[in-house]
Amino acid sequence: MQFYQSHWILTFLIFFPLVGALAAYLAGERNARSVALAVGLVEFLVSVPLFWTFVPGGGCADPATFPAGTPAFQNCASYAWFPEWGIRYQVGMDGISLFMVLLTTLLLPLMVLGSWTYIRDRRRGFYASLLALTGGVVGVFVALDMFLFYVFWEVMLIPMYFMIGIWGGRERVYAAVKFFLFTTVGSLLMLVAILWLWWHVSSAAGHPSFSYFDFLRLPLTSLQQFLLFMAFALAFAIKVPVFPFHTWLPHAHVQAPTAGSVVLAGVLLKMGTYGFIRFGLTLFPDFAAGKILWHGHPIAQYAMILGVIGIIYTAMVAAVQSNAKKLVAYTSVAHLGFVILGIFAYNLQGMQGALLVMIGHGLSTPMLFFLLGMLYERRHSYEIDDFGGLAASIPAFSAMLVFAGMASVGLPTTAGFVSEFLVLLGTFEKHPWFALIAATGVIFAAYYMLPMVQKVVFNALKRPENRLIPDLNGRELAILVPLVALILWLGMYPKPVLDRMEPAASTVLAQVQQSRWTPDPVRNRPAAGPAVGGVAMNGGR
Amino acid sequence: MGATMLDLTHPSSYWTALLPEIVLCAWAMLVLIVDVAQKGSRSEPSHPVIGWLALAGLVVTAVANAYLLRFRGGPGMVALDSFRVFINFVILGSAALTLLMAQGYLDRRGINRGEFHGLVLFGTVGMMLMAGARDLLMVFIALELMSISVYVLAGFDRMDERSVEGALKYFLLGAFSSAFFLFGVALSWGATGTTDIGRMGQLLLGGGTAVTPLLLAGMAMLMVGFGFKVAAMPFHMWTPDAYDGAPTPVTALMSTGVKAAAFASFIRVFVIGFGGAIERWQAIGFLIAAVTMIGANLIAMTEGSLKRMLAYSSIAHAGYLLVALLSASEDGAAAFLFYLLVYTLMTAGAFAVLIANSREATGQERVALEDWAGFAREKPVLAALFSVFLLSLAGFPLTAGFLGKLYILRAAVAQGLTVLAVVLVLSSLVSYFYYLRVIVVMYMTPARAEGEHRAARLPSPAMAGVVLAAALVVLLFFAGRWPLGWAQQSAATLWRDGGAAASPAAAPGTGPVARVP
Repeated sequence: MQFYQSHWILTFLIFFPLVGALAAYLAGERNARSVALAVGLVEFLVSVPLFWTFVPGGGCADPATFPAGTPAFQNCASYAWFPEWGIRYQVGMDGISLFMVLLTTLLLPLMVLGSWTYIRDRRRGFYASLLALTGGVVGVFVALDMFLFYVFWEVMLIPMYFMIGIWGGRERVYAAVKFFLFTTVGSLLMLVAILWLWWHVSSAAGHPSFSYFDFLRLPLTSLQQFLLFMAFALAFAIKVPVFPFHTWLPHAHVQAPTAGSVVLAGVLLKMGTYGFIRFGLTLFPDFAAGKILWHGHPIAQYAMILGVIGIIYTAMVAAVQSNAKKLVAYTSVAHLGFVILGIFAYNLQGMQGALLVMIGHGLSTPMLFFLLGMLYERRHSYEIDDFGGLAASIPAFSAMLVFAGMASVGLPTTAGFVSEFLVLLGTFEKHPWFALIAATGVIFAAYYMLPMVQKVVFNALKRPENRLIPDLNGRELAILVPLVALILWLGMYPKPVLDRMEPAASTVLAQVQQSRWTPDPVRNRPAAGPAVGGVAMNGGR
Repeated sequence: MGATMLDLTHPSSYWTALLPEIVLCAWAMLVLIVDVAQKGSRSEPSHPVIGWLALAGLVVTAVANAYLLRFRGGPGMVALDSFRVFINFVILGSAALTLLMAQGYLDRRGINRGEFHGLVLFGTVGMMLMAGARDLLMVFIALELMSISVYVLAGFDRMDERSVEGALKYFLLGAFSSAFFLFGVALSWGATGTTDIGRMGQLLLGGGTAVTPLLLAGMAMLMVGFGFKVAAMPFHMWTPDAYDGAPTPVTALMSTGVKAAAFASFIRVFVIGFGGAIERWQAIGFLIAAVTMIGANLIAMTEGSLKRMLAYSSIAHAGYLLVALLSASEDGAAAFLFYLLVYTLMTAGAFAVLIANSREATGQERVALEDWAGFAREKPVLAALFSVFLLSLAGFPLTAGFLGKLYILRAAVAQGLTVLAVVLVLSSLVSYFYYLRVIVVMYMTPARAEGEHRAARLPSPAMAGVVLAAALVVLLFFAGRWPLGWAQQSAATLWRDGGAAASPAAAPGTGPVARVP
């Protein structure tokens, strides 16, 4: 179909939820959720065929805006928006963005279903926020114009901010403001970096351009690569979140309503790792790949150390949580530590493993959050001690929680196992020690997840109020069953997914190996005369 | 378009060159006469028709202003360029929003008198004249016309102590700064032998006049005078009290129209007049801009009153506009114009929403942060509009405020003012905190009492104005290329027709941006 070969599919996926948000808001308090569900289902069903129409390694044949020798993207569009500044509506999709987009559209109808009875108050505002958020997130994953990317990146903060701040728990305002300020600090520095790059790209190209492809061709000195990479990396690291920047996440997760936690863990965190892969590595290849050292070591080593600390440290923190939702929140940081490891291993296994962790974590963690949300609706508590012996009273729920826990730990046949195995394989090739330490993280995962599952599901059914709660209903099963199926499918037969992301992952790796280094401009060069000192210093480097 | 050349050495040409000002001046007198004629006694409030009459005057002036685009002028007392026309439109829009906001407000406070409308129009004449003046003496006359009208307006609520206090402070410090300004004019005249800004620029650039200590002193004095009028730090001391005390529509006018006029003249005097000595004033301006941005944003964080918070926010925005001015280039002037337009829309809009939330019975303003708790629950439309204005003031994407800031940043980076660009970004990060706090209170804090905000509303004409402003704030982001193009073209005319020949820093086309024919 022509629709799936053109950019219209992506444009539809970005803007249909935005239109849907307006429709949900206008539909009124009673009908908002039905409209949102309809919009979500349409969005998802329309996006599904992308999986088959996507051609691995295929590209757009438009030499003007998508020049040869640059990474291949499909379904591209490039329309002038602010021609005087070189801002374009430029979108496209490759094997990396494909699965992020599909994950986003899959979670949308599930989140609507998950909020069906959870959200009782100001529904239209909630569903409008949820839909607008989805549109923005899809935009982030397909934008190929730096300005457009930044706009989507920032814009989705607002609906998320409202979702935490209005429909969240008791400390929602604190959590919302913390979330907003943390992420904005990073993004604003990234904006300065983008503007700086834009200025130099435009000077070099002779015409103003915010195009990702023009940014990819700009030679940069060591210092420039260092500073710019750091500005981008800070924005992404806060979003992921990488270890020392993760403190906003537990608050946001615990306070957010179920759908908020789901979208946060499911896709928003992936925007950070996606940003690393798409922009952090490829725009500053020499610094990212370690051809320029920082204090004697390649930056990848620092990143991997932070990733390993994230895996071990947050696993230990998770193990002592009494609040089940906070526990799951910390596991997110641990899982994303694996993604960081895989990305900075710079080999195909690592990269594919990282991408697969992103997908697998985007299925198993939302499932956990959904389950905890369902428990909360019944008992109004996330405290592990309030439960116990649920297997006797609500067996279906308990079976699902056990499965989700196992998927999160990374039991073989689930997505978590394949992906983390690939990451460790990739890491082992480069840094055996890191792989060794990170592998213990898998044990730690069992250490925090199994006791939680045990205390909630098994043990004795002591509290009388836990006896009378209803088991899962049809709507709740409709949320969980697709997630179970996908987790198992990815765990047993990930090949179709790996095949589709392989060319894109290889392209990123090839880009990182290229060099765009340029020597520092010689400062204070004497105007004339045999200034020996200056020349010697110059020649010395 | 083929512009007709006006010989501005001939007095009769000024009938055309000053057409909008003349029309508005006459109209203001008409408003005063009609007001006196229609009411029986002095104490009677004015008829609503007076407000509409004044608004009609602004519309007629806007038409006359557009008519100016058909002319170009040689050297003379006023400029005939699109820069002036653009600024005039911004000033007229600011005055129109002020009058719209004032409609219900004046009745509630019991200060609905015809003089209010007359004074707003006279003040607007002063602002427009100031934006167009190309002679230091003209600038001074316009400054006084504008200031004296606004002094009276600030103290218009004479039964309110704070209004009187603010007005007195404003008047005393304003008179003091006028003296500085006049002294600066005199010294500059003594140093260059002319008060014509364009001629001064040519003399300085061409080496006809050396940069003597006398001229430096004049420049310093003028910078103090302008710094006071645009409320840049450290000349801002009067601002919070005057803004807080003045009736809110007047506050809106003071923070938009007055600022626009003062900034327009600031650009003309410094970038054109003293463009040849840019290295002498840029460093001082750099410090003033940095201090203004950092200081105002930090203080705004501590303010519990929204009116004072917006006062400090307007000081901070003066800092952003100063960055555009310091870029001293065509891009800088264009960024300045565009930001001024956006700034006027969002600030006037924010003040209008502030007016809406006041107690019906007493007319008491509810500007404390706690007064806004749960506002979104009961007044979702007003809260949404306020959020749009606040997000735009913070410079968030999807609003024109973001585009405006980006434009200023671009001009600053292009002229090598990267440090100022970083200060701008970091200080606007601070501003996120206090703008967002209002949204938090409106949306996420429960109201103290059920139905607390039931009385909050705007009369429909004012509401229409606010909705239009909010729509423009969003639309300018998506369709910003047309106003941007217009701002760019208008900025280019600043150097034309008796202005200084392009200075090295001001040479058009220094950026990488392809010029659109």
